[in-house]
Amino acid sequence: MADETPAAPAPFVGPLEDKDRIFTNVHGYQDWRVDAAMQRGDWDNTKKLLEIGQDGIIDIMKASGLRGRGGAGFPTGMKWSFMPKESKDGRPSFLVINADESEPGSCKDREIIRHDPHKLIEGALVAGFAMRARAAYIYIRGEFIYEAKVLFAAVEEAYAKGFIGKNACGSGYDFDVFVHRGAGAYICGEETAQIESLEGKKGQPRLKPPFPAGAGLYGCPTTVNNVESIAVAPTILRRGAAWFSSFGRENNRGTKLFQVSGHVNKPCVIEESMSIPFRELIDRHCGGIRGGWDNLLAVIPGGSSVPLVPAAEIMDAPMDFDGLRALGSGLGTAAVIVMDKSTDIVRAIARLSYFYKHESCGQCTPCREGTGWMWRVMERLVTGDADPEEIDMLFQVTKQVEGHTICALGDAAAWPIQGLIRHFRPEIERRIAAKRGGAPVLEAAE
Amino acid sequence: MADAPQIPDEAEVRARWGGFAWTAENAEQAKKVIARYPEGRQQSAVMPLLDLAQRQVGAETNTQGWLPIPVIEYVAAQLDMPFMRAYEVATFYTMYNLAPVGRFHVQVCGTTPCMLRGSDDVLDACYKRGLKKGATTADGLFTLTEVECLGACANAPMVQINDDNYEDLTFESMSAILDDLAAGKQPKIGPQVDRQTSAPEGGPTATKAMVTENHDYRGEW
Repeated sequence: MADETPAAPAPFVGPLEDKDRIFTNVHGYQDWRVDAAMQRGDWDNTKKLLEIGQDGIIDIMKASGLRGRGGAGFPTGMKWSFMPKESKDGRPSFLVINADESEPGSCKDREIIRHDPHKLIEGALVAGFAMRARAAYIYIRGEFIYEAKVLFAAVEEAYAKGFIGKNACGSGYDFDVFVHRGAGAYICGEETAQIESLEGKKGQPRLKPPFPAGAGLYGCPTTVNNVESIAVAPTILRRGAAWFSSFGRENNRGTKLFQVSGHVNKPCVIEESMSIPFRELIDRHCGGIRGGWDNLLAVIPGGSSVPLVPAAEIMDAPMDFDGLRALGSGLGTAAVIVMDKSTDIVRAIARLSYFYKHESCGQCTPCREGTGWMWRVMERLVTGDADPEEIDMLFQVTKQVEGHTICALGDAAAWPIQGLIRHFRPEIERRIAAKRGGAPVLEAAE
Repeated sequence: MADAPQIPDEAEVRARWGGFAWTAENAEQAKKVIARYPEGRQQSAVMPLLDLAQRQVGAETNTQGWLPIPVIEYVAAQLDMPFMRAYEVATFYTMYNLAPVGRFHVQVCGTTPCMLRGSDDVLDACYKRGLKKGATTADGLFTLTEVECLGACANAPMVQINDDNYEDLTFESMSAILDDLAAGKQPKIGPQVDRQTSAPEGGPTATKAMVTENHDYRGEW
């Protein structure tokens, strides 16, 4: 049947032109300090952005289609709109900016902070203003020592210029920005653990509800946003929602910092259009796969918490939230870990299991005990020193951890193992058989 | 738990650190830190103050520093919080050293992105020099710890030594770094190959104008 309506134009999926990149100094060729940043366009009449008004800013952010860049992909504008419009009981509101970048594979917030910190601080002001926050706390991971030094200095510069503090940018709005350093705990990237940590406690996640927008930092309404989500906001307001949403496929709009590590010829951090095909991303910016495309084994496309995707499925997949979810994985933070055929895939995942065992905060039993249990079994699967039935048992245990903990660390520990078993079960079985002197696995029971 | 820190004898620690107090400069800094948080919420300052205290201990002992119990008590008292609440924080976060460490705390990242690009070789370079995980060398120079992802994955494999990152390592470059440190020289910080931060090796594939000038792209919008 002929369709009368014209086909929707194909979405723009890269490559991005330089003029459309937000983080032009991402590699730090130029100075991060305020004067250089202003020359690049930061803090350019920020007062005018604030004059759009609180609801106006939130409307633009919603229309831009920006989804949170911290991994979960929750629409940023909608998140801001959950904050109370007025304080009925005198409690102030807070913006907490999550710079606790600790997900294995992720290294984008580090580049923003050390090379373009004023984008983040300006973003903190417009976001904090839009959600009627009294102040922003930027929670930066403790190991980012140089990055924290830059950030502290950049905040001081912004105060000295009158961009933040009393009457920020001459807008009549008072807004403070504080930097808080973490001290080495992956779990503090979880928003409620981060709030606990900011309050000077162990970083153990809180039960929700109450959600932070109702009772967060110091019991006050709080929004926790990723560094990248905040840092892109001023540019979106300057160039308009339509500009930002012209990149990427429906529901996956905008530009994104991709972080490619592992077995590519030239690992790098690069800003590209959302939905860019995996092959184009790697060929254009990373010099291809080490040993050529035939040598690709598997990819973890969104940081250690998402399941791996075998080579054949990922090669031409669009790098966005929906495209990767369709492959049983996820975009996460767009931390792309590439593995070629030289990889000991079972060991690579076992090392992630060790990571989660190390980083479990110990609060919920399924995670505290389960991560250690899963790691110990994974270590035996690396050498094949296991019973074939243990593969199913391990899979079942991951299902018992997943969804049974306060925060998502339990899920994150379970998914990489599930991905491994789903796609590389024959390899695990081969190792067990080899260990048993080549006896066929399925007839192994004497 | 064989590689867990051996917390030193308490009587000795008290004798050495019982009189801990801020230096004038750090007392000033501590006040500034506490002022970042709302009144009555000074407990929020416990993490930065423990870090400051560890650094002061480090400066006094010419090491990366650690947190003796009396020092944690001192910080807790200043913030008017129970000792146990501060001790909990010190034990929860990995960056607080609960036992003395050496002059250089060599923290090799061993998580998968670094493992894929050769963190085993980096560790081998450490072993070859006599470093052992969880231990300090007899000359007090190096303490080796394998740590979890330090967030520099596009520059893997990497190591953090005290406050500095060394990236894009090989067995050879890691050996050279340890040699330099042992000889009292400061190795080059950052990538050990010809590369600008996290740009692709051999030059950027985008925003190339930025290499030579602080380019303003707004005119092209």
